[in-house]
Amino acid sequence: MLAKRIIPCLDIKDGQTVKGTNFVNLRHAGDPIELGKAYSEQGADELVYLDITASHEGRKTFTELVGKIAQEINIPFTVGGGINELKDVERLLNAGADKVSVNSAAIRRPELIDEIARHFGSQVCVVAIDAKQTEKGWYCYLNGGRLETERNLFEWAKEANERGAGEILFTSMNHDGVKNGFADNALRRLSDNLTIPVIASGGAGKKEHFRDTFINGHSDAALAASVFHFGEIPIPELKKYLREEGISVRL
Amino acid sequence: MGIEPILTDSAEELRKADKVIFPGQGEANTTMKYLRERGLDAVISSLTQPVLGICIGMQLMCRHSEEYDTDCMGIFDIDVKRFVPTQHAEKVPQMGWNTIEDCKSPIFKGFEKPEFVYFIHSFYAPYSPSFTIATTNYIQPYSAALHKDNFYATQFHPEKSGSVGERILKNFFEL
Repeated sequence: MLAKRIIPCLDIKDGQTVKGTNFVNLRHAGDPIELGKAYSEQGADELVYLDITASHEGRKTFTELVGKIAQEINIPFTVGGGINELKDVERLLNAGADKVSVNSAAIRRPELIDEIARHFGSQVCVVAIDAKQTEKGWYCYLNGGRLETERNLFEWAKEANERGAGEILFTSMNHDGVKNGFADNALRRLSDNLTIPVIASGGAGKKEHFRDTFINGHSDAALAASVFHFGEIPIPELKKYLREEGISVRL
Repeated sequence: MGIEPILTDSAEELRKADKVIFPGQGEANTTMKYLRERGLDAVISSLTQPVLGICIGMQLMCRHSEEYDTDCMGIFDIDVKRFVPTQHAEKVPQMGWNTIEDCKSPIFKGFEKPEFVYFIHSFYAPYSPSFTIATTNYIQPYSAALHKDNFYATQFHPEKSGSVGERILKNFFEL
C-alpha cells in the first residue's frame, strides 16, 4: 500500500540551512547535506530544500549544493525558490534534483506549468501555493506571502492540476508557525477536488496533527520544519505513532 | 558504492561498458525520439552485458506506451498503460513509497519480505507471467520489475530508495 509521506523542509541561504537546529549528533547543524542525511536515516520519506537567497551569486551556490545533495542523499528531494522559467528548472534537474517546486512564477505565468510537464513530465512539477483565509475566502499570495492576489486557492489548484502539475504543496498562512494543526478543512476540499497528491504544510505542532491531516485532511504527505529541526517530534517516534493509529507509513 | 560511472550517449562506450544503466525521468515520446535520432534504441536492444532500465527507462524497453501513443523498443513484449483510478483516493501520478512483493531475481537477492521502494509514475507495465520479477499494488497489481535475458528493469527508483535501493543496485553490479 502506498505510504503517507513525512517531509522535512530545509530553508537554505548562501548554501547553509537557515533555521537553527538542535540535532545533538551533528557537527555542523547548518550543513544542509549533513542535516538531510540525518533526516534520511531517521526515516524521512523525502526532503524539500528551499532556496531563500535572492542574489544571482546565491543561485549559483544553491545549484552547486543541489549537485552535492544528489550525490550524498539516497531519498528523493524537491528544490524550490526563485524558479522563474524553464531554464531554471532544467538547471536544477540537471544538477540532480528529483522535483522542482514553482510558486509565484506559476501564478504570474501559468503556462510555465504546461511547459515543465511537457518537457520533463508532470512528476517533476510541484506547484506550491501560499494561501490565506479571510472573510472573502481562501486567496493565494505571492512572494513568500507578501503580496495578495485575486486567485482563489481552490480554483488555482484545480487549474494547476489541469495544466499538468504532479503535486500540490499547500501552505496555509493562517496556520503556519502557529503549531495548532494543519488546515485540514481546506486540505480535504483540495484533495477531494484534485486528481494529484496534496502535501499539507503549515501548522504542525504535535504528532496528532499529522494523524489528523492524513485522516481528516485527506493529505497524501505532510511537510514541517521547526518541529523536526528542533527535535520536538523525532521522525521515528512520529511514524511509529502513525502506524499505531492505522496509517500506512514506511518504517 | 565503488563504481566509476560514465554518462554517455556514445554507442561505442555503451558496447564497451561492463554494465549499462538506462535511467530516466521524462516523457516517453520525446525520449524515444531522442534515442531514435541517435540510433541508440537499436544499440540498447542489442547490448549483451547486464542492462538495468529505471522508471521511464523500463517503460521504453516495453513494446508500446500509452504516453502520447509511443512505439518503444520492444525488449519486453508488454504495453505500458496509464493508471486509471477506481476511487478518488487513488491519485495519479503514484508518488511515494510502496512495497514490492514476490521478488524473484538475482537483483533481489536477500529480499525475504515486502520492502518499501520509491515510485513516481503515471504509467505502468501490467503484470506479465513471462517477465515480471516483482509486483506492486496500486489501483491493481502490476510489474514493479521486469527481467529477460540480460535485461533488467525497475519501475521504482532504486537510486532514491534508501538502503533497500542500494541493495538492489549492489546485486545488479555483482551480476
